[in-house]
Amino acid sequence: MDWLAIFNLALGELISPLTAAYILCAIGLAVHFGFTGLMNFGQAAFAAVGAYGMAIGILTFGMPTAVAILFGMACAVIFALVLGIPTLRLRADYLAIVTIAAAEIFRYLMLTSGFAGVTGGSAGLSAFNEEFRALNPFPDGEYGFGPFVFREEELWMRIVGWLTVVLAALFVMFVMRSPWGRVLRGIREDEDAVRSLGKNVFAYKLQALIIGGVIAALGGMIFVLNLSNVQPASWGTNFTFMIWTVLLLGGAATILGPIVGGMLFFLLLTLTQSIIGGLVDVGVINFLSPPQVGQVRFLIIGLALMALVIFRPQGIFGNKKEMQFNG
Amino acid sequence: MNPLTLSKRGILGLNRPVAIWLGALAVVFGMLFSAVPASAADETPAPADGSSLVIKGKVKNEGVGVAGIELKVTGPSFEEIATTDADGLWSLNVPTKAEYKVEIQLDSLPEGVGLRDPETTVRTADLTMVETASVLFPLGVDTRVETPILDQIAIRAFAGLNLGLLLAIAAIGISLIFGTTGLSNFAHGEMVTFGALTTWLFYAVLDLPLIISAVITIAISAAFGWLQDAALWKPLRGRRLGLNQMMIVSIGFGIFLRYVLLIVFDGETKVISGDFQAVEFGPIITTANSIGSMAISVVTLAAVALFLTRTRIGKATRAVSDNASLAASTGIDVEKIIRIVWVVAGALTGLAGMLYGLQFQANWLTGFQILLLLFAATTLGGLGTSLGATVGALIIGFVVELSSLVLPADLKYAASLIILILVLLVRPQGVLGKKQRIG
Amino acid sequence: MANNISVGAAAPGCKKVDPILVADNVTRQFGGLTAVDVAHLEIPRGQITALIGPNGAGKTTLFNLLTGFDKPNTGTWIYDGKNLAGVPSYKVARLGMVRTFQLTKALSLLTVIDNMRLGAQDQPGENFLRSFLKPLWVKYENQITAKADDLLKRFKLDAKREDYAAALSGGQRKLLEMARALMSDPKLVMLDEPMAGVNPALTQSLLEHIKDLKKNGTTVLFVEHDMHMVRHISDWVVVMAEGKIVAEGPPAVVMKDQAVIDAYLGAHADTDLGTVAIKVVKGK
Repeated sequence: MDWLAIFNLALGELISPLTAAYILCAIGLAVHFGFTGLMNFGQAAFAAVGAYGMAIGILTFGMPTAVAILFGMACAVIFALVLGIPTLRLRADYLAIVTIAAAEIFRYLMLTSGFAGVTGGSAGLSAFNEEFRALNPFPDGEYGFGPFVFREEELWMRIVGWLTVVLAALFVMFVMRSPWGRVLRGIREDEDAVRSLGKNVFAYKLQALIIGGVIAALGGMIFVLNLSNVQPASWGTNFTFMIWTVLLLGGAATILGPIVGGMLFFLLLTLTQSIIGGLVDVGVINFLSPPQVGQVRFLIIGLALMALVIFRPQGIFGNKKEMQFNG
Repeated sequence: MNPLTLSKRGILGLNRPVAIWLGALAVVFGMLFSAVPASAADETPAPADGSSLVIKGKVKNEGVGVAGIELKVTGPSFEEIATTDADGLWSLNVPTKAEYKVEIQLDSLPEGVGLRDPETTVRTADLTMVETASVLFPLGVDTRVETPILDQIAIRAFAGLNLGLLLAIAAIGISLIFGTTGLSNFAHGEMVTFGALTTWLFYAVLDLPLIISAVITIAISAAFGWLQDAALWKPLRGRRLGLNQMMIVSIGFGIFLRYVLLIVFDGETKVISGDFQAVEFGPIITTANSIGSMAISVVTLAAVALFLTRTRIGKATRAVSDNASLAASTGIDVEKIIRIVWVVAGALTGLAGMLYGLQFQANWLTGFQILLLLFAATTLGGLGTSLGATVGALIIGFVVELSSLVLPADLKYAASLIILILVLLVRPQGVLGKKQRIG
Repeated sequence: MANNISVGAAAPGCKKVDPILVADNVTRQFGGLTAVDVAHLEIPRGQITALIGPNGAGKTTLFNLLTGFDKPNTGTWIYDGKNLAGVPSYKVARLGMVRTFQLTKALSLLTVIDNMRLGAQDQPGENFLRSFLKPLWVKYENQITAKADDLLKRFKLDAKREDYAAALSGGQRKLLEMARALMSDPKLVMLDEPMAGVNPALTQSLLEHIKDLKKNGTTVLFVEHDMHMVRHISDWVVVMAEGKIVAEGPPAVVMKDQAVIDAYLGAHADTDLGTVAIKVVKGK
């Protein structure tokens, strides 16, 4: 087994743009669940709305990339309104079921051949990131050191992705430390109490849904800019479940939690998968075939999600006092 | 209680059952491992060179392969047409891990032959997780002749009744568990898959008679329900885990089970029963399998209703659903009732999976794909009431099938999910649920 | 009997000299059961009114209805000249009619001081668009923090200022909830069983706080089981049974009222009300 290659691969995952994309979605979910207590199980849809919004803005409406990004964010706001207005009055478990259903509805709509002219159907959309690439200020060449050596477009993608993460985290930190954030945390604890103090709980929940949704939409855009295509299959329920695992790993009611949780999640996931893959290759593990190693990944995610919720609901970062599940 | 004893109880209370559970899983799956590879060999040709990602299938009419059928496969920047060989087999290498659509070209079908499910000319092959996927288009008598709208409604309504009855059996399981424990069990879909694939193993692979396969399936499914409660949910109730936490645990458990099933049974779509004897009455053409399945569903639902209303355990179950602490104070052993509920739910859900698999096809994702329909059904009927779950399931069945009269077939699941959201807007407590008192 | 609160003699649904809240024909059904059926009720301004009655009499439900936490089947009620029927709960609170809950709703994972700050109304920093510009709200924040510290001192919670509310005892949480409600300078405070589960030492201080409220001109309406408490501090007592107002009047009079004795005790009419009320009611 080539340990060096395994570690390099895992360290590369630490700062990959995909990790940044998942972290953005997890920061959005922290606003929803960690700070406001909303059981949103449709986070994949917010990311997808952002990604499709941007891609359709560029391809169908011919927008410049910067405008298309704003358009994608606006789509996420609209989606939050459409999803939130009817459902935010529901109990937590109903909200979980409804958000997961809404995310699936959105995916079916992107998949159906009826709208394939705009959405690309099951094939999805590609060739929307040419302008983004052209914006790259770095001259051709290789940059970095050790395991972190990137070509110019890889470097560009990483800088954009992680800059977005930092900005989103700072933004969330600022608003959560304000009286506005205090109301959200109050709602997480007991919405009737907050209502009895004269706050319009519904409006606050809707604002939280919008803000977390827009941050997730940015995550979705980073995701598809990196892959150069957007497909309905990316935004299934597994995407949402991975984000939950990332969030709960780091600690739901913290700012650093989603970031460290995300990096750690992909580091550990790549390590375990590479090691299992290596063991399969050398024949130590003989009951798995090479393609099954990729499936083990999700098996681990399922177990991690269970273990985290049972043994450490506050996450590795969170203060035990600061995170509880209501109900 | 001090933190030390708490954590001690955590370790003893959870790890031992988990060990038992993993051990049992290993035994069950070890058995399956040795059984599975022997089977699937005859169905499919080896893939051609190039990429290791393959979509393949067989087009059969009355059990015989049909040559010269064209299938258009589309995916991300990919479109190609495959043609079946003399045995009705086809396969195609595809470049990337993605979701592909396979569309059967209707003009390549022989005269007088049509799809047995005429609405479904496009099927999906999901290669994001697996390396090979099989897509099957069973053929039958051509029904493509213009059907009058009333006949179409009758056909769809019949299909809706069929689906609704199936969903009802599985939904009652969700509803009983929710009623007695408050858990929204997201791992329920995997119990459906488990039932379908177990039936496939015993009936299609090991070639046991149907009735024996059915009995084994139901027994194993019931044991599976028992095991889940004994090894996972009871210890968690002991730790006083919150309901929302339990729900997320069930999501994690569902993912875990799904991928265990994938690794054990691979990603291929299994045809469990090749025997499709056509039955015709009026405009409706169906199979003996479907008629049998519906009859079994009705009998099962009636039996569950009798169980809940006439037997002591059934009455106790309803009492626990109504108010667990009150039930406990009248001498009902709540934990025992919950255990019985898990066993019954396991058996019912395994039966639903078996009936589903016998009529349609099944793979590792089958249960997860209908999970949201099951939630839609139980929520629609008011979480926690069995009658509600049955009514909700029938409504969802009709919506799914009748929606294809006006909507494209690939949106029929979306339609039922929209209904779920709409109903929650008007009646958050469900169609038959009671409004709860606040404060 | 004459008194200076009601117009004429005290009787169920009687008119008050200066009512702050007037409810008419308020009913609420759960399934087939009528939980609340109040034909007419007036709450006197500037007084302490106790709402008593056996378990299941509909007291909390009436509270929920009046404060917008539940919707009635029929009825209107006018608070300070404004019709509140159909007004959502948060707007009711903004109008100066603030309530507490029977099961204390301290916000466990917020600090005591944050709990208090949350009670203040019209905070500029609670608007999302202004929230990330600290200069826009920091001045008001300092004002309400000073006010919160004042109240905490009065309620003897200042030592707990930075603790999570979850770390407080049951009685302290009741105090916190009440202090938090006062952050908005309400005109009418509605307390749902403020004394339940509070130890005797704290009970006395709670009672003093309620009396202080009256001194400052705040109207108090509170739900209570224990008739002794009621006798000591209330100016007026309203008795509910099976959803209806069965008696009202000054405390000394009401406790001798045959309808009250029937509602509470049934056959045990000769026992002293204050000592047995809770036991009998719970056994029912």
